[in-house]
Amino acid sequence: MIPRPHIDWFALAPMNALLAVSAIALLSAVLVPRPWRKGVASAFCALGYTVALGFAVALYVRSAHPHGVVADVFRRDRLTELAGIIVAGSGLLATAISYRERWREDHVGEYYALLAAAGGGMLFFVGANNLMTLFLALEWFSICLYVLCAIDRDRLGGLEAALKYLVIGGFGSAVLLFGSALVYGATGAIDFPGIAAAGRQHDALLLFGLAMIVAGLGFKASAAPFHMWTPDVYEGAPTPVTAFMAAATKTVALVVTLRLLITAFSADAHVWTVALAAIAVCSLVIGNFAALAQRGVKRMLAYSSISHAGFMLIPIAADSALGARALLYYLVPYTAMSLGSFAVVAARERELGVPVTFENMAGFGWERPLLGISMWAFMLGFAGFPLTGGFVGKFYAFAAAYRHGWTWLVIVGVLATLVSLYYYLGLIRAMFMRRSEDLQLAPIGGSPPRDALLQGAVFACLIVTVGSFFAVQPLIDLAKHASSSLPF
Amino acid sequence: MTTVLILLPLAAALVIWVLPLNDISAGALALLAALAEVGLWIQMLVRFDFGQSGLQFSQQRNWFSDLHVSYHVGVYGFSVWLIGLTVIAMAAAIAYGFWVGRERVRAYMGLLLFLTGAVVGVFSAQDLLLFYAFFEAMMIPLYVLVGVWGGPGRMAATLKFVIYTMAGSLLMLAAIVVYGLSQDTFDLVQIGQSSSDWIFLGFVAAFAIKAPLFPLHGWLPDAYREASPEVAAILSGVVSKAAAYGFLRIAITKFPDPAHHYRTPILALAAIGLIYGSLLAFRAPDLRGVIAFSSLAQMGLITMGVFAVNDLGLNGSVLQMVNHGLVSTSLFLLAGMVERRTLTGELARLGGMARGRPALATVLLTTGVISLAVPLSSAFAGEFLILAGVFQRGWGWALAGAVAIVLAAMYVLRLVSAVLHRADGPAVSDAALDLRPAELGVVVPLVACLLALSAWPAAITGHSFHDDRAQADVARGFR
Repeated sequence: MIPRPHIDWFALAPMNALLAVSAIALLSAVLVPRPWRKGVASAFCALGYTVALGFAVALYVRSAHPHGVVADVFRRDRLTELAGIIVAGSGLLATAISYRERWREDHVGEYYALLAAAGGGMLFFVGANNLMTLFLALEWFSICLYVLCAIDRDRLGGLEAALKYLVIGGFGSAVLLFGSALVYGATGAIDFPGIAAAGRQHDALLLFGLAMIVAGLGFKASAAPFHMWTPDVYEGAPTPVTAFMAAATKTVALVVTLRLLITAFSADAHVWTVALAAIAVCSLVIGNFAALAQRGVKRMLAYSSISHAGFMLIPIAADSALGARALLYYLVPYTAMSLGSFAVVAARERELGVPVTFENMAGFGWERPLLGISMWAFMLGFAGFPLTGGFVGKFYAFAAAYRHGWTWLVIVGVLATLVSLYYYLGLIRAMFMRRSEDLQLAPIGGSPPRDALLQGAVFACLIVTVGSFFAVQPLIDLAKHASSSLPF
Repeated sequence: MTTVLILLPLAAALVIWVLPLNDISAGALALLAALAEVGLWIQMLVRFDFGQSGLQFSQQRNWFSDLHVSYHVGVYGFSVWLIGLTVIAMAAAIAYGFWVGRERVRAYMGLLLFLTGAVVGVFSAQDLLLFYAFFEAMMIPLYVLVGVWGGPGRMAATLKFVIYTMAGSLLMLAAIVVYGLSQDTFDLVQIGQSSSDWIFLGFVAAFAIKAPLFPLHGWLPDAYREASPEVAAILSGVVSKAAAYGFLRIAITKFPDPAHHYRTPILALAAIGLIYGSLLAFRAPDLRGVIAFSSLAQMGLITMGVFAVNDLGLNGSVLQMVNHGLVSTSLFLLAGMVERRTLTGELARLGGMARGRPALATVLLTTGVISLAVPLSSAFAGEFLILAGVFQRGWGWALAGAVAIVLAAMYVLRLVSAVLHRADGPAVSDAALDLRPAELGVVVPLVACLLALSAWPAAITGHSFHDDRAQADVARGFR
């Protein structure tokens, strides 16, 4: 009898649920007749995410005392579960947004299987407690996403996007892996507490490894200067996939960055805080200025997501419990805003059958009031206006930077916000202030489909975006409990 | 009570947006809500105890505790008057918009009501972050109100307006973060005074752009010309007062030392704005231009009164805020009524409208005469107090103000005679009728308020600060 570690199956239940539905969805691609395939696969995918969400909530409630799972390669704590709730919620909404996507439906079973599997990988990623798990989970969800980007073969640029993502993502993973190897070489440990306990701070090898790991995670979080793939991939991928990537990938990459740096490298904080601040400033500058020039809405949102990577790195760079709270709070409205805004783009795309630009958003706000007003709220949220959680998120991020003593970072953030107004408000202007009669639209035939699932998802995002402005205290309490599992 | 005053218009806006009402009932509902808001304010005015110092009708709820931010609202004497100005002017604007009939009535009325709630919120917020939230929330409806229902140049005007004001607001946000965290509370009543010049300038930047003060008024002529008349009325009559309120409630109260250091430059800018605005108003070729630049001048005068930081100046500027709010609202609405009849606001193409149009002539002349500060008018009382206040800080300031009052007489009389007197302008035909009863119903209450204030200016000057001791009130931080 081989001795086995005790396994806390409850802690692994969210991933297992998603893996199970992934398998079922994959089987449905073969076993279920074609007319029912989409319904069955998507229903199971949604079920998987719902169950994962339920488990994540239950685990959050019952994980007041954090502990390791499976020989301590995975942490069961509230940080993991809060990120898991966000990821599972995004996955559920992404499933709803995908349902009526207009594409050839011969690979719909595989699509939902991969969507569920990617979610499972992300849930595993956020709990990773050693560099090996971190890398495996990263590859797990990245490979799913590479395929998801390319799944719509009819889509112009889809293959290009997937290839670009594969090559650059693969490069990012390689950098991360090499960095891990260097860190192992310096400390002889791959688990986060072990790295911290090795007491090898200021070791050149360790710092070099740390830099490479941060760069590897920066690729996933699409922070500048590791952002080159983002606009093309966001633009080329099917819009529901983009929505999921923008929301969930960024969430997990940032949460893992937070956990890794605080748990394993806290002794080197004076180095990485500065590095992260520099990356944040880079992202803010590049993201905002590049977004100014975009005409395509998806590309604009891609650059906006780069600049938001910058905004959300500010609280991590602050290296404090307040910063951790700020990040975890900000992720909630941010996820809702990005999912929602890409969902609105998806709706417009299905209506017109062409890529969505600022010009062909004209009049959209009046034609589809729910989607228009939601998009309005998302843009205001990105720009940090009140009545959206984006305002409080930015405020917290700035507060964390100020408490760290970096007033200059607050000023940079404020200036970046000012620049960003041009394109966020520009989209509102395009939607509401031009008349649709001025334009020649080319709908692809008939009235646009009634898409209750997509509209429901957008409405849910709207509720979260606006609700998080009012319900700050409950969300901050959640974030506070989650961040208390980190050793500040 | 205060919360109800903020929430009523917001709730009404939501109802109008969500329910599929037709144009008439949406407009009627909006008007009803606006009038109910006026009624609520009257009740507040009656129940407000002017003999007592400190915050009244206050309400505080936790918003997020780890940074000590709360939903804290309440009113002081002067905020009561500013809220009154807001609800009355908004009711007039909504009534006029309803009567004229704008496109997409539900959206329009909802946004106007939303704006009402936001402005009332600005005047009653007692937490810095809440104040900022309301201050920014004003921009959301204004952006769309100017951008969608404005004139042909609305896009450029909106962009300029937003970039200008947001630049100021975001500096204020940075200032709020630094100020609030360094004092460990965001509560406006409790937060201590600060002597940091940078924080002070962050706040001043926001208010100086919003007011606007010379030389930050670049957005003003475009925005006031392109917006629909009732929105321009609200912009100059009400929204600009949020800035003057900010000067009074935050800039001089919380930053006494920096306000003292920067008094001379700010007074100088205000005085330049006052004279320069008056000159521009005298040269402006159109109705709205005259009113817009006179608004720049008047905001300069009000700012001078505030930064005099003495009893006379502060009392005078509160009175003048209300006066100018009512005058500017009526004038913009009247300009809208004239433009509706003649399809132009160019003074060269107007003229002779007094003949056969007695109601228009009476109302316009009355408003004009009040606004040029004829003795016995409320504007005279306000301007006199402000001049007396700044005189104590140096006779030169009072001289600048006195010159500006002469200029005010020139541009107002030029406006009145260009519209009403002289020969019939080319744009004025016999088809241009006198004011309709509904239009009178919109403007006459505003003018009546002005006349009432002219009869009893002490209603405001005697009831804004505790015991009229404005300076002591400010020094105590209104506690």
